[in-house]
Amino acid sequence: MRSIEVQSPGLLTTVQDLGRQGFGPIGVSPSGAADPISLRLGNRLVGNAEGAAALEMMLLGATFFFPEGAIVALRGSDFGATLDDVPIQPDASAEVRRGATLRLGPTRSGARCYLCVQGGIVVEPFLRSASTHLLSGLGGFGGRALRKGDVLRIGQATEKFRRRTIARRVAEQLASREVLRVTRGPQADWFPEAPHGEFYAGVYRVGEQSNRMGLRLEGAAVPQAKGRQMITEGASLGAVQVPPGGAPIILFVEQQTTGGYPKIANVISADLHRVGQLRPRDEVRFEQVSFETARSLLIEQEERVTSTGAILE
Amino acid sequence: MTNSAQFQPASDHSLLVYFGQQITLDAHHCVRKFLRSLELKPVVGVLNLHPGYCSVLVDFDALKLSHRELEAILRGRLERLESVPLPDPRELQIPTCYGGEFGPDLNDVAALHGMTPAQAIELHASVTYIVYFLGFVPGFAYLGELPEALATPRLDSPRRSTPRGSVGIAGNQTGVYPFATPGGWRLIGRTPIAMFRPDRDDMSFLSIGDRVRFTPISIGQFAALENA
Repeated sequence: MRSIEVQSPGLLTTVQDLGRQGFGPIGVSPSGAADPISLRLGNRLVGNAEGAAALEMMLLGATFFFPEGAIVALRGSDFGATLDDVPIQPDASAEVRRGATLRLGPTRSGARCYLCVQGGIVVEPFLRSASTHLLSGLGGFGGRALRKGDVLRIGQATEKFRRRTIARRVAEQLASREVLRVTRGPQADWFPEAPHGEFYAGVYRVGEQSNRMGLRLEGAAVPQAKGRQMITEGASLGAVQVPPGGAPIILFVEQQTTGGYPKIANVISADLHRVGQLRPRDEVRFEQVSFETARSLLIEQEERVTSTGAILE
Repeated sequence: MTNSAQFQPASDHSLLVYFGQQITLDAHHCVRKFLRSLELKPVVGVLNLHPGYCSVLVDFDALKLSHRELEAILRGRLERLESVPLPDPRELQIPTCYGGEFGPDLNDVAALHGMTPAQAIELHASVTYIVYFLGFVPGFAYLGELPEALATPRLDSPRRSTPRGSVGIAGNQTGVYPFATPGGWRLIGRTPIAMFRPDRDDMSFLSIGDRVRFTPISIGQFAALENA
């Protein structure tokens, strides 16, 4: 069995796949990659199924030792990776020789970078998924972020090394943007100023306490809806909830499954992967689109991402 | 009663189904039946379900379904809601050691309502609660209703971390924190029972619709149960 040894864990490195759906009735949120499109494309670069388990790194990357070698790809933000001290190209498959060291540093672009390995990272599934759920300490590698000295198992190699890259056009279309598109939230009409009020006019900064559960935004306070009593209800991935203080929170992959704050908006599916690349102190604005537009944007994006032309051999 | 269900898109990948806008046993009954119907016979393209007090959030694959298509399917389910069988509610006990280090807010809660801590404990343990739904974090059950005389607002500023097993109250709800999480509920005690058990088939100690009572235990009994 091949393996990866963690020589330095980085800031927050976790095992993630596309998450576990269907356990909302017992309060378990899906978790999974914060930028699922990067995980999917990275897996395709190494010949894996799109949803194979990989390593998600945040802001500061890890250092890995490969005793038996592996076929890998880095996808997502640029963490200045080197393989035995030689820069390694992101968005491309690479062959790691026996005994080589892959070192990632601080990010030079967005928040997250994925290390995908041919055969996938092998962990005991929890509720049918390899994803780590940090808050509850479940799934992934012991339910926690990786530490120095951890040894991860790699699954069976599936093919010989093939050089693959991501089409530049596709990478550019997926690049981050300052404007997140949203649809109306279920309590949008509790905010009488929308869609012209503070929320859509303002620029928000991603707060330092943001994590996989949610992104806390700093900026113009969204005026509180008055005289309405919220009854706790299910909350969607990407929901923008507004607590009494008026500072919005975007609920993210490790979200609470239900919530008691009104939701003014919801990030569209096609932009959720961009939320996963937001760093603390990044600035965002919000633009409202219709549900129909949101759906066609998602369909277009899926066509681009899943097209055979997205990966070049 | 089911004809009154209201549909509201929550996002481009989810639809909220409301059974009124009040916490009532009727609405809870509809939530349970609707959830059960979708669990017994899943709808293709539906990914997840999030029950609430009087709503169910239906999360779907937007590449496979539109809001309109899903609403039509769900309306069909609502017409047959009464025939959905529900399991008999279970009756469960949550042994709880009240006050002291385990219930740092007990004295404040009692004082707020002009009673002694012992009276507050007695009141909290005097009624049978219903598990309205599970949500927030794995295994967290929203229990109601708290006796009116104990209804207390949340803390002004939530605790950064609430110990696992803490029994809290907020408004007319009560509940147990299955994990150490941030929380704004007032803590009156702690249970040694594991509310979420990933190594078991029935991971959550409580299920939607269960009937629950809290039984006061001493710190000695707490330690014994915790080590059992």
